[in-house]
Amino acid sequence: MVVATDQTEHAGHPDPTNVGKVAMWAFLGSECLFFGTLISTFLLYHNTTLDGPTAQEIFDVPFTSVSSFVLLMSSLTMVLAHYAAGRRDWRRMRVWLLATAGLGLVFLSGQAYEFTNFVHEGLTVTTSPFGSAFFVLTGFHGGHVAIGVLMLLATTFMSFSGRLHEGQGMNVELVGLYWHFVDIVWIVIFTVVYLLQV
Amino acid sequence: MTAIDRPHPKPRDYVRIALILFVITAAEVSVTYVDALDSSRAVLLLTMSAAKFAIVVGWYMHLRFDSRIYRNLFMLGLIAAPILFGAVLLSFGLLIGN
Repeated sequence: MVVATDQTEHAGHPDPTNVGKVAMWAFLGSECLFFGTLISTFLLYHNTTLDGPTAQEIFDVPFTSVSSFVLLMSSLTMVLAHYAAGRRDWRRMRVWLLATAGLGLVFLSGQAYEFTNFVHEGLTVTTSPFGSAFFVLTGFHGGHVAIGVLMLLATTFMSFSGRLHEGQGMNVELVGLYWHFVDIVWIVIFTVVYLLQV
Repeated sequence: MTAIDRPHPKPRDYVRIALILFVITAAEVSVTYVDALDSSRAVLLLTMSAAKFAIVVGWYMHLRFDSRIYRNLFMLGLIAAPILFGAVLLSFGLLIGN
């Protein structure tokens, strides 16, 4: 059954005909193809390690599991920010947005630490097709996380400066959609790249 | 465009969903350490990963509650991605000759 959008129930995403939201979903659909290509390339080359280290030798699953947990929890804080924006509780929205950005930075720090370890252990982007595919895929994901953190911080600061008012709910929702997408891409990467390779 | 008539989750529901995601992630990691599950590991991991994916998309991204046009746009990319994957595998297999 379908009904017209209710402003109370859908307070966090008030205008169902919002062009920006349609564009965001179309963009996320295209991003599925982008990451699908990178994951395909990784699967093609994951056994082509040449003289470099293999996934079994180099991956630290407990460490990456903690990183995954951090990113999952950032989706919780993001959806709570969206909920607060829908209720026009701007103070709480800012707290949750900053928490989300903080968790994103923790994830990025973990990725930087992991990359540094891999390089020290002999896996670089030029070591083998496996190394190239791994660093390109996870690097692009990290780049998306970094852009998401910037979007979160920009939204927070715009809120502090009072430049976001009535339209704020939709802005937070669009940033949230992007952030959750980054999370679901990692859900796939964590399983396909890490857990299935060890 | 129309929205699906379902009650929206509250913060308590979002926390419950986060707990479910945590439990599934813990189960995923545990599966990799249980030798007895070697033969079914891939299926188990992909199933749990798909469950997490669906939960985040459905609840956190509100696709269960939103207009169907958003779901269709996203599904278009989601369905095209494995087709692209198959095409890449096939192309490389044919080019490399194995």
